[in-house]
Amino acid sequence: MKTKYCIGIDIGSTCAKTVVLSQDKSVLLQLLQPTGWSSVDTAEDIRRRLESAGFPIEGGAAVATGYGRVSVPYADKCVTEITCHGRGACHIYGADQLTVIDIGGQDTKIIRIENGAVSDFLMNDKCSAGTGRFLEIMANTLAVRPEELCSMAAEGGGVSISSMCTVFAESEVISLIGRGEKRENIAFAVVDSIVKKVSSQAGRMAGGQGAVCLTGGLCGYPYLRQSLSDALGCEVRTAEDGRYAGAMGAALSALALEKQQSAEK
Amino acid sequence: MSDYVSMWKDLGMDLESHDLLCQVLPTAVGDVFLTQENRPKGMDFWDLVISEVHGIRPKELIEEQKKGRKVFGTFCVYVPDEVILAANGIVTGLCGGSQFWVPGGEAVLPKSTCPLIKASVGARLGRTCPFFRIADMYVGETTCDGKKKAYEILGEDVPMYVMDVPQMKREKDILKWKDEIAAFAQKVEEFTGNTITVEKLNEAIRVINEKRKALARVYNCRKAACLPISGRDALLMMQISFFDDPVRCAQMCNKLADELEQRIADGVSVVPAGTKRILVTGTPLAVPNWKLHNIIETSGGAVVCEEMCTGTRYFENLVDETQTTLEGQFMALSQRYMKTNCACFTPNTGRIDDILRMVKEYQVDGVIDCSLKFCCLYDTEKYGVSRALKEAGVPVLSLETDYADTDAEQLRTRIGAFIELLNG
Ligand code: SF4
Ligand code: SF4
Repeated sequence: MKTKYCIGIDIGSTCAKTVVLSQDKSVLLQLLQPTGWSSVDTAEDIRRRLESAGFPIEGGAAVATGYGRVSVPYADKCVTEITCHGRGACHIYGADQLTVIDIGGQDTKIIRIENGAVSDFLMNDKCSAGTGRFLEIMANTLAVRPEELCSMAAEGGGVSISSMCTVFAESEVISLIGRGEKRENIAFAVVDSIVKKVSSQAGRMAGGQGAVCLTGGLCGYPYLRQSLSDALGCEVRTAEDGRYAGAMGAALSALALEKQQSAEK
Repeated sequence: MSDYVSMWKDLGMDLESHDLLCQVLPTAVGDVFLTQENRPKGMDFWDLVISEVHGIRPKELIEEQKKGRKVFGTFCVYVPDEVILAANGIVTGLCGGSQFWVPGGEAVLPKSTCPLIKASVGARLGRTCPFFRIADMYVGETTCDGKKKAYEILGEDVPMYVMDVPQMKREKDILKWKDEIAAFAQKVEEFTGNTITVEKLNEAIRVINEKRKALARVYNCRKAACLPISGRDALLMMQISFFDDPVRCAQMCNKLADELEQRIADGVSVVPAGTKRILVTGTPLAVPNWKLHNIIETSGGAVVCEEMCTGTRYFENLVDETQTTLEGQFMALSQRYMKTNCACFTPNTGRIDDILRMVKEYQVDGVIDCSLKFCCLYDTEKYGVSRALKEAGVPVLSLETDYADTDAEQLRTRIGAFIELLNG
């Protein structure tokens, strides 16, 4: 066999994640960086970083995913983030029946996994309600960081935002601030709005077997996980590597690609 | 298309805006159609028609008008072409399928109107489509609310006749539709000055049936495991059949079907073996709306059937040709048209039966149910459609889109993931 490792690159709208896996699927390297303005530059930067870490791109199969997947010229293949998140989550959670909720920077995906493969999925439409972007914009308005907003929300309550549209929701938040509403309560309303949107999406996929787990950038926020669990009426699991699920899935796809190629030879 | 400028001028078109429209079309045709490999030779005809879509056929229509024939513009497959043809009239489909016309429609309609309606109104009011200028009379129908209200606005600008389509399919509704057809026949007679006789109507019924049979032959070829034509090409043929002369349309489709049947016998396929076969269902895809097919077929899938009005709903079911009285013929027409399963009717479980049947007939791997934004009817039916398909073990992807290209990447991700799912 030519190589000892496989590379998965997930270029999301806010962050780019890279995972290098060994042939026996153990993680050799994880990289996280902001996507910035240009996915092409980000891809080039990843290539250099991989090289200096001792994993030159020529040495292993590479699969790209995420919305910037087409901007990775050196990838052997592009696979959609839905398939990659599904595969990655199966691996991370060690399960083959799962419902994956991925709250990404610009979209939210609900992915159903049966027998280790994606069997159904839903993605929010054009608007950014219920996504990481929504949280970011509201955090900006409140002059806090997104993770601070989530911990503040745990202390608040009693207020709600009715608008699903980010632009209108932002003006609702501004008028709440103007009214002198406590920041904790506004933070609560913001998280509550995301949770409601995401759980109603997830509800459309009701009836699935296995655990529900959260991947993507927001899975490190305990309060969000807790309110999502409450809204769905079941325990939502998170994992430390949850935000790498897409890149992990891409690396697993690269591994499969390589096996397939060497079988063809 | 420069030789047509004076014709467009005579039609009172806005030439400046029209130029802009003419500039984008060739690129779109090139990208969507001409990049395909191994296309059937018979597609040359439709390539030519689409490359001069605002020239060739409009010119013919004007020639016919000079001979005294009247042109009727229609918006729905419920309007019976046979009646118009029997009075020596000409039918041309008028549904707008381009984003280009949407802003013009939005100038008078609520934004939350489906893009098909907005584009149709925009094409008329903006004076940038020769077909919308040429039609002597528009024939509307009481199908969805958006169309009904839009016809009131269009009716201020052009002679408009609206047929009252029933909303249910009971025996009395079939009778009612028969009466509507009879009333329409009278209107057409007045407007054209020609009498509809039993003989003429029978001949018209025969002509349109032949066209249906020819379209069905092409679709039949798409059922083969060896796929002789792409979904994009079949869709183009289907879209143009709405405004072509019905006799020539049948000829060309039959010629194409001959070639496709030969391809099947020779084992010639336009896609590699194992390519996932997709049935698309939902709202009509009016010309030049090729977005969905293009994304599916450049993401590793092949469209093998459209359960749509620009698809099977247009040609399935024939009209009985054995009637000997006008009354009997109107009833035969009503019976045939009322078999079309449109979401404007309730209940509409027949559509689900159709989809399940087509999944088998066309050896379908997965279904994409796609409706135009703000089409509440087809959007609501997605629930029942996807439930029935899931029960039958057929993967289904529900989508909503409009004519703008802004969601192309999102659609690409969803459709790509769906095809990855089918590939396992
Ligand atoms: S979808 Fe319904 S209303 Fe629209 S053309 Fe078809 S039959 Fe007519
Ligand atoms: S797509 Fe729906 S809303 Fe649009 S014209 Fe057809 S039935 Fe009406």
